[in-house]
Order: sequence, then C-alpha cells, then structure tokens
Amino acid sequence: MAYSDKVIDHYNNPRNVGTLDKSKASVGTGLVGAPECGDVMRLQIEVDENQVITDAKFKTFGCGSAIASSSLATEWLKGKTVDEALAIDNMAIVEELALPPVKIHCSVLAEDAIKSAINDYRVKNGLPALEIAKSHH
Amino acid sequence: MLTLPIYLDNNATTPLDPRVLDAMMPYLTNMFGNAASRNHAFGWQAEEAVDYAREQIASLINCSPKEIIFTSGATEADNLAIKGVFEMYASKGNHIITATTEHKAVLDTCKHIEKLGGKVTYLPVNEEGLIDLQQLEEAITDKTILIALMFANNEVGVIQPVREISKIAKKHGVLFFTDGTQAVGKIPVDVEADSIDLMAFSAHKMYGPKGVGALYVRRKNPRVKVTAQMDGGGHERGMRSGTLNVPGIVGLGKAAELAKQDMEADTARISAMRDRLEKELTTIEESYVNGSREHRLPHVSNISFKYVEGEGLMMGVKDLAVSSGSACTSASLEPSYVLKALGLSDDLAHSSLRFGLSRFTTDEEIDFAINHVKEAVSKLRELSPLWEMFKEGIDLNSIEWAEH
Repeated sequence: MAYSDKVIDHYNNPRNVGTLDKSKASVGTGLVGAPECGDVMRLQIEVDENQVITDAKFKTFGCGSAIASSSLATEWLKGKTVDEALAIDNMAIVEELALPPVKIHCSVLAEDAIKSAINDYRVKNGLPALEIAKSHH
Repeated sequence: MLTLPIYLDNNATTPLDPRVLDAMMPYLTNMFGNAASRNHAFGWQAEEAVDYAREQIASLINCSPKEIIFTSGATEADNLAIKGVFEMYASKGNHIITATTEHKAVLDTCKHIEKLGGKVTYLPVNEEGLIDLQQLEEAITDKTILIALMFANNEVGVIQPVREISKIAKKHGVLFFTDGTQAVGKIPVDVEADSIDLMAFSAHKMYGPKGVGALYVRRKNPRVKVTAQMDGGGHERGMRSGTLNVPGIVGLGKAAELAKQDMEADTARISAMRDRLEKELTTIEESYVNGSREHRLPHVSNISFKYVEGEGLMMGVKDLAVSSGSACTSASLEPSYVLKALGLSDDLAHSSLRFGLSRFTTDEEIDFAINHVKEAVSKLRELSPLWEMFKEGIDLNSIEWAEH
C-alpha cells in the first residue's frame, strides 16, 4: 500500500511527540485503542484559563497512518479553544492525510483521543463528561 | 555496492537464479513445442526437456521421475492432493487430520472438504510451533484417510517431525501428505527416508520461476492415486490435464538441480548470516524470536519487537523488504493466525517481522538490515505510549483498554 506524502512526512517528522504532566489540573489526557488491536494513541492537551489549548503532545503505537493522524491532531489542537477542538471531525483528518478506506479507523481513533483528552480535562475541573456521540466502532 | 531496498522476504518468493533463466530461455523462444505433440521434432524436443526436468527433480527428493505430477504451483498441488485423495479414497473413509498453522492453501481446501461432508481435525501446536505426536495418533479413527501436515512453516520456519509423523501414518494405514513448499530445495527432503506419500512444492520458492510446481505421488508401497481435479487431455498420468508449461518445468528442473548441488554450501553461509542477524536484533530490549530455534529452516527468522507495531515498523525499515504478522498488512484485521496458534498474544503478533534470507543475500546487506531495524525500533519506541508505560513499570494488563 502506498502512503500519501503527508502521511510519510508526519511519520518521518512527527510533530509534538512527548508527555505532559498528567497530574496537573490544566492537562487532559486521552488514551484510546488497545494493544491487541495494534493501535494505541495517547493524546494530551494543556488548557489555559481562557479555555484555549496552549500545548498538545502525543505518543502512538500503531501503523504509519495512526502516527500521522495523531501527529496532525496535535498540530490542529494548538491554539484552538476546547469547543473548537470538540468540533474536529475524523473525516477532516482523512481528507488532509488522504487516508485510504482501510485506514479510516486511524482517524476515528484520533478523534476519540481528542474527545477523551477533553473529557479528562473537564472531569478534572469539575465539569461533567461529555457524551462522545460519534462511534464508528 | 549496496542496492536498496534489500530483499529479505524470500519466504514469499525468491529471485530467479540467472542459471535457471539461461536454462529456460530456449524454451521461451525457439523450442516452443507442445510436449504432447508426438509427431514432430518440436514436440519431441519439448518432451525430452520435460523428462529431463523430471529426473532433476526426482534426484533432489529421491523419487522416481514417474512420480512427479506437474502443476501450476504449490497451491494447485495442495488442492489436488487433498481433494484428490478425498475423492479417490471415499470408500475407505472421510476424515483428514491437519494442523492450525498450515498454509491457507491447505486450510481452505480442508474447509472445502468439510462442506463436501468430510471431517477434518485441526491439531494445535505448542509454543515452538510443533505438533504433538501423541495427539496426532489419538486423532486417528477408522475413517481417517489422510494426514496433511506441512514440512516447514512459511511464517516461522519451524520444521515438523516428518519421520515420526510418517511412522504413525504407516502404522495406521493412513496416507501422509506434506506441503513441502518451504522445505524442498532448502533442506534435505527424501521421500523414501521420510516415508512421504504425497508432497506439494513450488519452483519460485527455490529460485525458479513463478507459475510452476509439482505434486509428488508415490507409486510403490503403497501405490497412491488421486482423482484429477481438472478434466481434459489426460496429461500427467491422467492426474492433471493441461498443456505442460515447458519453460516453467525446465526452470523447476534446473532450480532443483542447483538446489541439490549448492544446498550444503548455501545453508552454511545463509544460516551463519541468519544467526548473526538474529543475535544482533535480539540484543534489542524486549525482542523475542518466534517459533522453535532448534527445528527451523536455516534462512528464516521471525522476531517480535514488543511495544512497536509491525506495520509502523515496516514503514520505518523502508529500505528492507520484509513481512509482518501485523493485521494491517493484510486484508483481514486479525494478526497472523500462525503466531496466535503458537500462543502469542495479539500485541506480540502485531509486533513481528519475518526475515527470509536467500543465496543472494550478502553480509553487507545483513549489516545494513541490523542497523536499520535497530534505529527504526528505537525511533518508534520513542513514539510509543506502551513503551513509556513499560519503562515506568506500569503493567499493561492492568489497564482497561477500549476494544474497537
């Protein structure tokens, strides 16, 4: 299977790899996927008092498309408000990276990771967890 | 000079040996006759070439040239053996014994047999990939007509105890068929000493051309017959109709001759390179060799690099052509059924790479492969949340993963 140039670029030069301090109240962590399925994404966001995402980091166990999807997600998250981040749709990732149909689940996982990180942040800060409506599984 | 990418996927297919191509060339050009044309020189030439190839192959596996039935490859030979025996021996019984780690050409044929009303026992294997001989013997019933077990496995290279298997088959009057695709031409295979009744093999796994293989069918002690699965001109003693692929057969013959001539020297060189590759790659933390290391083909190594995913890893080793047991590489979403049959967890199966060396592999290529894999594993572990958790001492089994 041939990868798009953008997937290869993110794979070769992944953006925002790393770990934020998950004990901080301003940090939300999303850990999605499962080792048995061959994909695990951990996505973290740091949110300031204005609900703006000031930093985002990821680590991913998975194929090139999974790595690229999470790398791209961190790029998009930085500078967005939490509400704007919630609106990120997996199909936008599919489009940007030109993922083939068999790799759409990688984008779904990235979207889940974003929502899961936001929920973690919300719960930590006394807000109710949001229902994650979209499930492609 | 190192030419990239480096081909280390020789269990999938091997390059054509130039000496084989030289032998084939006349039959692809001027000597184009049909081996079944009995009335002119073109036909005689072709028939002579086919007969010679039969002798070259017979000499490699120690059988009579008359016992070789040419096919389009090992898949067809697997089908012909299993379906052909099932039909021919229907009055004796309808039970076949095989194993869960067989190639799909055998497993899917057995599934077909089940649809036709046959009974199939799928033996499990141990963590080394070997079947249990006692279990095999206990599975035999008075309806058993065939034991179908591969000589060597395509994914991990494990070699089954063929002589012990055939002893059990003989004792119970059951035919023994082996898929020899990965073994013939690589390790000594002797249908007499190994007491094999039927054996499938293929040219392109031993530096021959694609699209040609053979089924060995024993003619004496016992005389074995299979019902043809293709109707037509009654070629190949009525067992396989169809105009013979003369250039392909000449190529298979030459490949067999070279295999016999070079096997000892090739094996010594290739296994030394394989061992060095494996020794170096297993210095990587949390790497595991899959399958028996003792009973194994000399040119294969299957290694899992825990906490990195196989397809991601293959993308990282883009200058190497290898295979992975990861689901993402195939149409199905399940990781390798062979590795799972060996008891590997899904995550380890996802993390595996198969290296297959050939007589054309060089030390320089192995050096390159070692460094390339080490760098890729290290890079991907930096990216892996599982590696980070492992390093922090977190038990990954204690986490509730969301299955998807």
